[in-house]
Amino acid sequence: MKKVIIIGYGPAGITAAIYLKRSGVDPLVIGKDYGALEGYKDLIENYYGFAEPIEGKQLIKNGIEQAKKLGIEVITESVISIDSIEGGFTVTTSKKHTYESKAVLLSTGKTRQTLSIPGFVKYRGKGISMCATCDGYFYRKKKLAIIGCGPYMLHELEYLNRISTDVTIFTHGFEFGTEVNNSVIYDKITSFVGEEKITHIVTENGKYPIDGVFVALGTPSSVDFASKLGVVVEKNNLIVDENYQTNVEGLFAAGDIIGGKLQISKAVYDGMMVADSIIKYVK
Amino acid sequence: MVIQLTTENFEKEVLNSELPVLVDFWATWCSPCQRVAPILEALSKEVIGLAKIAKLDVDEQYELADQFGIMSIPTLVVFKGGKVHQSTIGVQSKETLKKLLGI
Repeated sequence: MKKVIIIGYGPAGITAAIYLKRSGVDPLVIGKDYGALEGYKDLIENYYGFAEPIEGKQLIKNGIEQAKKLGIEVITESVISIDSIEGGFTVTTSKKHTYESKAVLLSTGKTRQTLSIPGFVKYRGKGISMCATCDGYFYRKKKLAIIGCGPYMLHELEYLNRISTDVTIFTHGFEFGTEVNNSVIYDKITSFVGEEKITHIVTENGKYPIDGVFVALGTPSSVDFASKLGVVVEKNNLIVDENYQTNVEGLFAAGDIIGGKLQISKAVYDGMMVADSIIKYVK
Repeated sequence: MVIQLTTENFEKEVLNSELPVLVDFWATWCSPCQRVAPILEALSKEVIGLAKIAKLDVDEQYELADQFGIMSIPTLVVFKGGKVHQSTIGVQSKETLKKLLGI
């Protein structure tokens, strides 16, 4: 078991990794993309030490390079689940690799995929669920739908297939190459309809009766991980204490996902501070 | 103290309560639900005389869970005057729960 796994290799995650490494704690850093700075069009002109403005993406790349040069293990994989285990956490990636650690730092930034389909908000908790393992119980042997097309969806599907023999995959217009025994609908979803509870999914070409809908689009966000682990989330921010620890022991968070200024300087500060707390926690 | 609700005491403790009641719909196998318990323990000590804090196991008391249309847990429901006043899904902070209770 590792001492700490850092999820996200932006300014908060990499700074934490550097401070940890220099204090003798070897972290594993798992990242998947350059987050908010990936598509950031303007150059960064307000970050200390760069006489010439720098591209956001380049700054992140430099950070990762800096960490690697210090001997920090940095891997590019997409995390699809984090589970609590005795004395720590298991982190599973889309390549089906699993890693265990005593502490986890969430520093994934804030990009979040939401479904802006009519009826989504109305039926959330009334037939639409974001967590198969939390809510599956209410839908045993029912007619179910799962929305998604990647490894995250397949991970949730595995669970749903155990509780119902009638689970349809809705890719919502995306390609889907994996062979499964479930039926697959490729249409774009246009609305969710029902009365008190959801009753149908409406697509471009049809209307499908359904008892429950599980959403597993793209890759899970920090808020998805946090909700499944029982972290207090308010206004889309993970709530942490003065030590950057969430209400789940050993689960820390830093950077954009805890709110405050969405600035590199603030993320770097968070990274340094959370490293202190993690060092105390794992030693 | 957090009250354990059953079909036997639900009417007395919740519907006929003069104080607002926060009911946590939960289950033993639901991992985020386990994180609600310590928050409710702490909250129950702070709201003595102002509100009641209770929990209801959706496995054991499925009739009640059904009656209130619970399809996602943890769901936290505030009852006032025997009626559902507000409800929320997911783990909430003590401060948010106090606001829900109007305290």
